[in-house]
Amino acid sequence: MTALATQSQAAGELLVQLKGISKAYKKGKEQVNVLSKLDLDIRRGDFLALMGPSGSGKTTLLNLLGGLDKPSAGELIIGGQRLDQMSSSQLTKWRARHVGFIFQFYNLMPVLTAEKNVELPLLLTNLSSKQRKHHVAAALELVGLSNRAKHYPSELSGGQEQRVAIARALVSDPDLLLCDEPTGDLDRATADEILSLLQTLNQRQQKTIIMVTHDPRAADHARHILHMDKGALVNDGRVTDTGH
Amino acid sequence: MYYLQFLLSNLGRKKARTILTVLSIMIAFLLFGLLRSLAAAFDQGAEIAGEDRLVSINKISLIQALPEAYLPKVQALEGVDRATSANWFGGYYQDPKNQFPQFPIVAEDYFEIYKEMITLPEAQMQAWKKNRIGVVIGKALVDRFKWKIGDRIPLMGMFPREGGSTTWEFVIEGIYEAKSKSADTSAMLMHYDYFDEARQYGKGDLGWLIIRVKDPKQAAQVAAAVDALFANSPAETKTSSEKDFAKSFAKQFGDIGLITTLILGAVFFTMLLVAGNTMAQSFRERIPELAILKTLGFSDQAVMIMVLAEAIVISLIGGLAGLFLAKFFISGAAESLAATLPGLNLSTTMMLFGVGLMFLFGLLTGIIPALQGLQLNIVAALRRR
Repeated sequence: MTALATQSQAAGELLVQLKGISKAYKKGKEQVNVLSKLDLDIRRGDFLALMGPSGSGKTTLLNLLGGLDKPSAGELIIGGQRLDQMSSSQLTKWRARHVGFIFQFYNLMPVLTAEKNVELPLLLTNLSSKQRKHHVAAALELVGLSNRAKHYPSELSGGQEQRVAIARALVSDPDLLLCDEPTGDLDRATADEILSLLQTLNQRQQKTIIMVTHDPRAADHARHILHMDKGALVNDGRVTDTGH
Repeated sequence: MYYLQFLLSNLGRKKARTILTVLSIMIAFLLFGLLRSLAAAFDQGAEIAGEDRLVSINKISLIQALPEAYLPKVQALEGVDRATSANWFGGYYQDPKNQFPQFPIVAEDYFEIYKEMITLPEAQMQAWKKNRIGVVIGKALVDRFKWKIGDRIPLMGMFPREGGSTTWEFVIEGIYEAKSKSADTSAMLMHYDYFDEARQYGKGDLGWLIIRVKDPKQAAQVAAAVDALFANSPAETKTSSEKDFAKSFAKQFGDIGLITTLILGAVFFTMLLVAGNTMAQSFRERIPELAILKTLGFSDQAVMIMVLAEAIVISLIGGLAGLFLAKFFISGAAESLAATLPGLNLSTTMMLFGVGLMFLFGLLTGIIPALQGLQLNIVAALRRR
């Protein structure tokens, strides 16, 4: 299998390298191979959409890239660090510093206001309370929700909740934004707003974004689209350039 | 501050459940405060007992008397610093409900032996010694009956006087005060000589002997020597430290300590199951949120501590409310029970012990969910969403 390098217009240095990555689970006595021998290079500043049918391994790959899970075999290098060799606690620290997560169902803390939700990742830094508040305000402004800072998730619309989730993912200035069906729970218009926001973050802030989606219209907002099926990259890992 | 707000917000998520849990813990600690105070009041005699004092009673029982002749013999024993006696008068004032301890004693000897615990102004001591029907009373009795020096107090006694009357009249000549905080001031002390002369029967009988030893280290030997002295006599003695005597006296009412421990054990065990189940349920509902915290970079240990802290805070809120309520009730009841249970009080030590118990309770109810939080697998937990 040939290594695939996604070609960003920004054409930054390599941020992610997958070499022969496999992932298998035990289900009872059976072994289920979810990913098999994946090779993939992703450059810094890219916006990559991962598409494929359910069970194709997209979310599993996203979990590996986010350090939430470890591969069964292969090398996983992000920002020059071997994630496959890290312990669980090292991965936890690595996640706090390098990755921002955006989920389909937002996953905000319902008992915290928008600003407190955004502040959560900053508790793991050495920033003072004042500095944290400053960063939170900037992140909320970036997603256009400064006026909703004191609102609880239950007082926000789905699109606003997702914007808060994006602000939370951005606030600690991670290298990588991982989005798992970020518009799966939103109507078309709101989904387009969120995707435009992600696009802006990619183009203006040079954030590297990897997005799992079923929706071809969502994928169109990415710079590149990568198709997966049955745990492998389709067509030998050929990418579709969306022209963004 | 952030974490505290987060924790309190989590507690407010299901208000009814949190309030019910807090209330049940509050009741458990209210019972703890009340019952332990009661047990401590019964044990108080033992707690304030001096290390250098022995008490000698009739080997058959405390009700059986000892001959007056024993006192000089005990006084003459090697190792004995001073010895005196006391009797049980067993009277009441106006109404049988108005019971309080009254002891016929030898004034100077008694106050000398208990000098580190109670004190009487010298002028009052002299006045008392001059009046055969004089008595001195403790501060607690002054507060209870509003008596003052010079008052004539008629008591209905257990012992009839010569002539058959059971009414004894006394004059208050002094008010003794406690020197140590835990000393009992609810008793009336009267002259043994007068009591002995005036009573119809039992003349020359002593209730018990109080012996101060020269060296507390020799207390066991002196006790053995006293008992040996009267072995094989019609009134054999049983001599023990004042602490043991007080304990065995309190046990006449039953082993209060054991009873309260058993009740509290049952209450806390039940509460542990109830609160533990509530914590487990609360944890299960929030598994995806805890997984998100881990996803954001919170360590396994941090998540475990958050879960545990929640259990401990619930326990502290309920427990402190219960203890302060117990303190309030006990303060209210202490005055009316001053005669029966003079030492009724929820002590600071007991409060601190209660706080320790709250931490332990929180720890035990939260430990299983906390360990589950520690081991929570992010991928599996997020899949549950």
